[in-house]
Amino acid sequence: MSDKAPSSSILQVKGLAAAYGKINALNGIDLEVERGQIVTLLGANGAGKTTTLKTISGLVRASAGSVTFDGQDITTLPAHEIARMGLVHVPEGRHILRGLSVRENLELGAFTVHDANLRRQRMDEVFGLFPILKNRQHQDGSLLSGGEQQMLAIGRALMHGPKLLLLDEPSMGLAPKLVLETFKIIKRLNEAGTTILLVEQNARLALKLAHFAYVLESGSLRMQGEAARLRDDPSIVQAYLGT
Amino acid sequence: MALTDIVLQQLVNGLVLGSFYALVALGYTMVFGVVKLLNFAHGEVYMVGGFAGFIVLSLVSGTLGSGWSGVAVSMVLAMIGVGFLGVLIQKIAYQPMLSAPRLSILITALAVSLVLQNAVLGLTGGRYVPFGADLGFGGVNLGNLFISYNQFILVGTAGVLMLSLELFISRTQYGRAMRAVSIDKDMCRLMGIDVNRVIAVTFFLGSGLAAAAGTMAGAYYGSLWYFMGFLIGLKAFTAAVIGGIGSIPGAMLGGLILGLLESFGTQIPGIGSAWKDVFSFSILILVLVFKPTGLLGRSEQERM
Repeated sequence: MSDKAPSSSILQVKGLAAAYGKINALNGIDLEVERGQIVTLLGANGAGKTTTLKTISGLVRASAGSVTFDGQDITTLPAHEIARMGLVHVPEGRHILRGLSVRENLELGAFTVHDANLRRQRMDEVFGLFPILKNRQHQDGSLLSGGEQQMLAIGRALMHGPKLLLLDEPSMGLAPKLVLETFKIIKRLNEAGTTILLVEQNARLALKLAHFAYVLESGSLRMQGEAARLRDDPSIVQAYLGT
Repeated sequence: MALTDIVLQQLVNGLVLGSFYALVALGYTMVFGVVKLLNFAHGEVYMVGGFAGFIVLSLVSGTLGSGWSGVAVSMVLAMIGVGFLGVLIQKIAYQPMLSAPRLSILITALAVSLVLQNAVLGLTGGRYVPFGADLGFGGVNLGNLFISYNQFILVGTAGVLMLSLELFISRTQYGRAMRAVSIDKDMCRLMGIDVNRVIAVTFFLGSGLAAAAGTMAGAYYGSLWYFMGFLIGLKAFTAAVIGGIGSIPGAMLGGLILGLLESFGTQIPGIGSAWKDVFSFSILILVLVFKPTGLLGRSEQERM
């Protein structure tokens, strides 16, 4: 716990706790995400990474603590209002809306954007980033391959024009080549100015990409620091992050 | 009468009946889509819609007359009023039960149905109420076939309403959101969609369509009764299941199929019109046995 969390942050989480029934999933965690950075949240299965994201985005109610986004306390706001503020959560498993075409999935990503021109412009940007989505725009989104679905999930989030993007396990279930591809895209998005909070099981890759990292274990933070420092410390990698 | 005339006449009758079924079935299927509730009070909403149309008509008939223009205004106002009634029912009765077990909300729907039925029973004393529309008896003769203007207007109006709904669902952001809410509510929240609002809009539209059917039925058949929603509620439910519950084109198709089957069924020698309900519900059983997802329904299988 040597490094101090970065300041001038877009997201501040203080003493955040959450429970499913009587089972505590998070026991009071503090974390911050600085504007323009990629911050990664690492940890084993069941450590509480997904719950952290869900509590930030309002899908799970915090039982204690606070979440401040862009200077505003959002702890008790309903999820759709948090999304409207520009905090966009791409959940684990992608959640493509089946029965809706690729294009309709993207349109709905911009549900809060009422300017039709802006929607069209964003759609063009997303098609520029993921040409395959343009080719498949009239297909049922749930019939895409895993990698294409991940692109659609990210594209749909971009339609919203996010200030902060929460990505939960974007590499899950993808072939190794596609995992690298996905990470390249995340890097590009960040270079274009999007702040990202990334949850990943693939710790090595995440640490290569991120500026700052937190490590969760059993619902508590075990470690935090510059990603470069954690990456180069073999004992840390072995103890907390597996291979 | 030649056989072709009988067939054509029953086709017209079937389309009229099917239009009513389809309009009511849409409310069933839309509500089932967004909250997975079989809204057994929906037939009663249709009945209340008929009475709402009757009340408006008695208010406006002095200025607009009680022909189709008066009925049209009554229908539109009844749709709006009953649409809000649907939203109110949703907020008061169903919203608090959404996280309760499935059976609780189903029982709530039956209770709402009893409340509406008995409220109207109390107000009307259980008597038939003449609707008071004066639509005339004009029509077109095609050989031995007679189609009244009323039948044209009724089927046309139902068609326009269904087409508008289909356009709303497929072309607007709110329509897409409605489909999305029926698939994945949490994902909708993450996209900034106010799920409760979408549910309210769904109840508004479904109840409004039922009110349109109720008003048209009152004008077409000439009278209203507090119990008139019961059977059409069951029929519309049957139509929704035949088409595939949750599927909007399915509800339209199911309604038309059911209407046509009933009209033609009564023509089978030895089967009089008294048997037409047996006909409908036998079809329901057959569909449930051989194609439980309905004609246009999709199975609930998740793709991994």
